[in-house]
Amino acid sequence: MLAYILRRIMIMIPTLLGVTVIVFLMLHATPGDPAELLLGERATTESLEQLREHLGLNKPLHVQYGLFLSRLLKGDLGETIWTRQKVWTEVKQRFPATIELSLVALFISCFAGMILGIISATKQYSLFDYASMIGALAGVSMPIFWLGLVFMLIFSLNLGWLPLSGRLSISVDLEVITNFYILDAILTGNWPAFKDAVWHIIMPAVTLSTIPTAIVARMTRSAMLDVLRQDYIKTAKAKGLSQLKVIFKHALRNAMIPVVTTIGLQFGVLLGGAILTETIFAWPGVGKWMYDAVMQRDYMVIQGGTLFIAGLFVVINLLVDLLYAVINPRISIQ
Amino acid sequence: MKRMFWVVLCILALVLAGTAMADTPKKGGTLVFGRGGDSVGLDPAYETDGNSFQVCDNIFEALVFYADESTALEPGLAESWDISPDGKTYTFKLRKGVKFHDGTAMDANAVVFSIGRMMKDRNVKFLGKGYEIPAQERPPEYWVSMEMDDIVGSIEAVDEYTVVFKLKMVNAPFLANMGMDFADIISPTAFLKNPKEFLRSPVGTGPFKFVSWVKDDRIILEKFDAYWDKAAGPYLDKVIFRSIPENSVRFLELKTGNIHICQFPNPQDIMLAKKDKNLILPTQPGMNVGYLSFNHTKEPWKSNVNLRKAIGHAINRKAIVDNLYQGMGQVAKNPIPPTMWGYNESIPGYAYDPAKAKEYLKKAGFPNGEGLGEINLWSMPVPRPYNPDGVKIGEAMAADLAKVGITAKVVTYEWGTYLKRQREQPEDMDLFQLGWTGDNGDPDNFLAVLFDGKASTAIRTQWIHDEYHDLMVKGRETIDQAERDKIYQKALQIFFDECPAIAVAHSTVIWPALKNVNNFKLHPTGSVRLKNVWLK
Repeated sequence: MLAYILRRIMIMIPTLLGVTVIVFLMLHATPGDPAELLLGERATTESLEQLREHLGLNKPLHVQYGLFLSRLLKGDLGETIWTRQKVWTEVKQRFPATIELSLVALFISCFAGMILGIISATKQYSLFDYASMIGALAGVSMPIFWLGLVFMLIFSLNLGWLPLSGRLSISVDLEVITNFYILDAILTGNWPAFKDAVWHIIMPAVTLSTIPTAIVARMTRSAMLDVLRQDYIKTAKAKGLSQLKVIFKHALRNAMIPVVTTIGLQFGVLLGGAILTETIFAWPGVGKWMYDAVMQRDYMVIQGGTLFIAGLFVVINLLVDLLYAVINPRISIQ
Repeated sequence: MKRMFWVVLCILALVLAGTAMADTPKKGGTLVFGRGGDSVGLDPAYETDGNSFQVCDNIFEALVFYADESTALEPGLAESWDISPDGKTYTFKLRKGVKFHDGTAMDANAVVFSIGRMMKDRNVKFLGKGYEIPAQERPPEYWVSMEMDDIVGSIEAVDEYTVVFKLKMVNAPFLANMGMDFADIISPTAFLKNPKEFLRSPVGTGPFKFVSWVKDDRIILEKFDAYWDKAAGPYLDKVIFRSIPENSVRFLELKTGNIHICQFPNPQDIMLAKKDKNLILPTQPGMNVGYLSFNHTKEPWKSNVNLRKAIGHAINRKAIVDNLYQGMGQVAKNPIPPTMWGYNESIPGYAYDPAKAKEYLKKAGFPNGEGLGEINLWSMPVPRPYNPDGVKIGEAMAADLAKVGITAKVVTYEWGTYLKRQREQPEDMDLFQLGWTGDNGDPDNFLAVLFDGKASTAIRTQWIHDEYHDLMVKGRETIDQAERDKIYQKALQIFFDECPAIAVAHSTVIWPALKNVNNFKLHPTGSVRLKNVWLK
């Protein structure tokens, strides 16, 4: 097991290196110049030249990449072009917001998606089955942007139940420790802030979870249908076990493998969806940050941010693989 | 009847008392300012974007101030100034008793430090020991692009409250430049404590001091109790700048009362705001111009003035302002905004007149556009303060040109590439759209910077005209404003006659606010100044 994990971590290194090369080449192949964008209309030839020199943009590409790599080996992601701050500092400020949002969204989609999928599978071709699968189709096809605004109109403007945007109300004070606001509120025992943070996360998390919920629901349904036709299920039923026991003890566990794979992959989808959700809900996370960086050609942010996301993705995939062994003892990891 | 009289009198008295009370500023409260993006940094010397400057506007102050709703100069941290007869020596007398937020005194050395740190050759002289100015982290963008190194020769602290600037040449806009954000005075003590972090922990003399910053979310400022100007504000206890990227969501936040001022709403939402009794609509004609210009490095544009005028008459600018600026703008006659001195009222502007355009086309040697071929009309891909939608406006212009027989193709590039290639005046560019937001309210900042191609190859409109160039040089070297006014009026006449570019529109800025926000005035430069604002 340990050897397996170590081997996987070793494979991570070339994977991430490959990511840096591809991102670097893509960045420099796309037109646009951070110096021009930073200075806008008022740029003079002199000011542009000075800025390019300062940012090292005049150096040949391989030298620029070499510099990036040598810094990376020292654990330094460099300094952002626009805000003149260490990329790592900016990552630390923003990633918790995105991870918090994604985790809550992931939780919602696992929970809701699996329940919907199980009921649909056990009541195949029922009205509920049709309704939930049509709902799932709608969930996949619904533009997040539109959905977010509709939610705002209903739950904030008309009903006044939930706050419109942001992570925390202006009037609420919270001592920030980890930057995961819900966690920080618990750690400091600040219950008004806890409630406020939870209230703020509901709408963006539900918006973000629509697509994964739909996918998890469909995946669970088909996997369950497959398992429910197996002989051992018939045996279990013949033994006189209750319907609930058959489903949760015998069927679900075996249906979980493809579902867990899907859920692992959905985390990537969530990070992608975060760009839109964060923009609509003024959520100060990494999605909006990376989007702006692309628009402004902040090479340092794009390189550092992508590397971090890729690393996260690889780690999650590893966790998913490890989870297989836990769910299905027949799979052994060596 | 008598009782009636007393009742009326009492009501009148109450109403008057009410109005008087409403006009007396009330202290306290937190104002939340909603905007589309976060600040990049808060060191005024190094910033380039409006979102950064609007926070700096409240933390820092400069030697000279701009008046409330114009760029007329007023005493700021300098109580008064003298200009030597040759126009090359400026002596600033500083205000006494001004403190920075860190408690240190604002004095001549602080001024020498703040401005001197931007100079390439640090030709500065402190009073006494002074400060060691650290190396620049990066080029100070505004200082470089305003070519201040060519203007300022040396800065010297003569006594505790007197600073002398010696210029390398006579430069009339210099004083107005000293009111711009980049020339703000900072606390040298705070800066030297950690130069790399000053942009995230700024210390100035302004009415509000910096408290905290959650990136992409909020910047919190607090009232500075020891602010020097006791006569007026600050009235607010706290100011919060909140970033809400999506325009419609920002407007919803305003409608629900979560923010007090909503910057840059969607034009449709302004219609809604007009009907909302809880909202007011602070409005200001922006100090900007959106224009259409020609590739003056190639024929036929370079020497065919009739062709340029034909284009001027062919384009229906009123329709563009009505439909694409959605009424938030005015048709331009001159390439400087009408609120600026030097504006030439007598210029008629190019009226929309297809018949006249055809006449000019004939005179130009291209009857009905024949022989001109397909021309490329460059249009910017991003909304700018002076142009809400470059591509749509380009398409409207192309449709107008088609009516007089000219075939124009709308061409666009990624914004950085657009700016870069435009400067190179490439062969595949015939017409281009661009614009400008003024920095200091000086006509030189529009007329010379944008159109005097003879001054430098970096000028975006490479129009070379000797008389216009001479006027620009003369305007810079003349100190007397009345004299300069005449010079620029004359330059605008030449501009109209020669038609090197067509001024399309000046956009109007409308930022809806809650009704209880008092005394909030928009500034033509886009500054956000909250010192005198109070909440009812």
